[in-house]
Amino acid sequence: MRIFKRKTAHTEDLYQIEIMPERKNNVIALAGNPNTGKSTIFNRLTGLRQHTGNWPGKTVKKAEGEFTFKNEEFKLIDLPGTYSLLSTSEDEEVARDFILFGNPDATIIVCDASVLERNLNLAFQIMQITYRCVLCVNLIDEARRKGFEIDKEQLEKEIGVPVVLTNAKSGEGIEELKEKMYLVATRLIKPNPRKIKMKDSIRKKIDLLVPLINESFTDLYSAEWIAMRLLEGDSKIFNAIKNGKLVELVNKGKLE
Amino acid sequence: MIKKLSELKKGEKAIIRELNLNGLTRRRLFDLGFIPGTDVMVVFESPLGDPVAYAVRGTLIALRREESEKIIVELVN
Repeated sequence: MRIFKRKTAHTEDLYQIEIMPERKNNVIALAGNPNTGKSTIFNRLTGLRQHTGNWPGKTVKKAEGEFTFKNEEFKLIDLPGTYSLLSTSEDEEVARDFILFGNPDATIIVCDASVLERNLNLAFQIMQITYRCVLCVNLIDEARRKGFEIDKEQLEKEIGVPVVLTNAKSGEGIEELKEKMYLVATRLIKPNPRKIKMKDSIRKKIDLLVPLINESFTDLYSAEWIAMRLLEGDSKIFNAIKNGKLVELVNKGKLE
Repeated sequence: MIKKLSELKKGEKAIIRELNLNGLTRRRLFDLGFIPGTDVMVVFESPLGDPVAYAVRGTLIALRREESEKIIVELVN
């Protein structure tokens, strides 16, 4: 049974995101809550060689930059700072569409070490969409000033993706961040993010939907995520499936 | 004691118990840290009493009465 039509309608520009035409370099997305030092990390990694502009069709700032590490070229895309990928602001839409369909080779999730718990909300949302993540716990100087240390090994074990502690201002941890990002992007390590526990009743419904979604989009890691949005009644995802836009984007992302 | 978040006075602490909200507003408040089980405290009140700034999960968030009266909390002494 096929529940999604393969049709390409362009009436809506909901999912107007830029997909790199031909991809020679590794694409890295930089995500995180506002005020976590994301831009400082961006500048540390790219050395200020950045191009700025807007996301197509959105009044949302976009910055990208390039750098080389271990003879591999990396293209870093700075996503807007958001608390979530699920509400409806333009910023959040841009961030979520890029992670879902831009098919980044790795996503760096920047967190504020001094309010880590709060920041893990977004981290878990991203880890539901993509497993190729690195958790960058930034502002550890601030956390130390508040009198606590982050147990990196334990955190890594708990969430299942590589964790790097950084202080972007001083440059502490940046080399390690590059290393981890390199390992994830080049598929040398495969993170295994912790799955979120759900009520049995919801779990059953998702397990029913996932195979149907996978029939239309083969091997889509985020099938479960899409199933959850459908159950929530997210009209944007629903329409994107109905008008074929989702199929189109998923396939486009895969070709590269 | 069970109260509405909007009924808390400056300096009072409580634990969030329930959000009587649906859809996007509910999602948004979750994302901002207003999750059942979370500690919350009134930090500032604006001159006319609306909005009010709450300390929640290590940060300050201001809410209007519209939202805060739909959040059910339990007072802690």
